[in-house]
Amino acid sequence: MFVRLSAVLVAIALSTGPAGAEGAKLTDPQIAHIAYTAGVLDVAAAKQALLKSNSKEVKQFAEDMVRDHEAVNKQALDLVKKLNVTPQDNDTSKALSKQAADKYEQLAKLSGAAYDKGYIENEIAYHKQVNGALETQLIPSASNAELKGLLQTGLKIFQGHEQHAEHVAADLK
Amino acid sequence: MLVARTLPIMTAMALLAMTAPSPAATITIVMQNLVITPAEVSAKVGDTIEWVNKDVVAHTATAQQGGEFDVMLPANKGGSLVVNTAGTFPYFCRFHPNMKATLTVVP
Ligand SMILES: [Cu+2]
Repeated sequence: MFVRLSAVLVAIALSTGPAGAEGAKLTDPQIAHIAYTAGVLDVAAAKQALLKSNSKEVKQFAEDMVRDHEAVNKQALDLVKKLNVTPQDNDTSKALSKQAADKYEQLAKLSGAAYDKGYIENEIAYHKQVNGALETQLIPSASNAELKGLLQTGLKIFQGHEQHAEHVAADLK
Repeated sequence: MLVARTLPIMTAMALLAMTAPSPAATITIVMQNLVITPAEVSAKVGDTIEWVNKDVVAHTATAQQGGEFDVMLPANKGGSLVVNTAGTFPYFCRFHPNMKATLTVVP
């Protein structure tokens, strides 16, 4: 129920932006914060997988997630520093974090094949959700061209992750 | 007599020159922003394929079938492969399967 509710909250936050500012355009500092947070959350999920999974393929996938998301986030940090922008926390970032924390707890209770399945299926769903937000909201709202470019490359990388996760899910069956 | 003997030799030499294998070439393929350029490359057996990875994330050049090749291409680096088997090899990146291209190797 908690998971469901937070997923709905994230969907609302992602589709309407900050609460009370329906239709308001996200600012670049908010966009940077959301993109960075999305990466941090996936790294945390991957580190949990590295501790819990016994599957070589799942662990390999998790290592790929840590490496890629850390590389993209390092680029994001370098860019905000260069642009002198301070990432700003916002309702979308908060909802994403809440959703991920709930999922983390839920996955912590699983083990073996059930855990692997739960992790990979959430990776597919999570990347779909973040990619949807990038495509429909974050990229169109970004004002700075370099930030927009980084988000566009990020989208292609994360679309790759989504397909990679689908391959792993197919192998687990 | 002399002319008659020399001509066939010259012809033979010319033929030899024409059929002798050309020196192996190096063909460069760039991966940037998850796009492989050029996406279709034709090489000859013995050529070297060099993938230059300009992205901050690692990629691979992995044959879709048969495990013909699987080259790791570290971020901001890349890797290379000498092609020894003729054939058409669709390949992709294992980390980002949305990256696809084709390598054709002729004898
Ligand atoms: Cu790749």
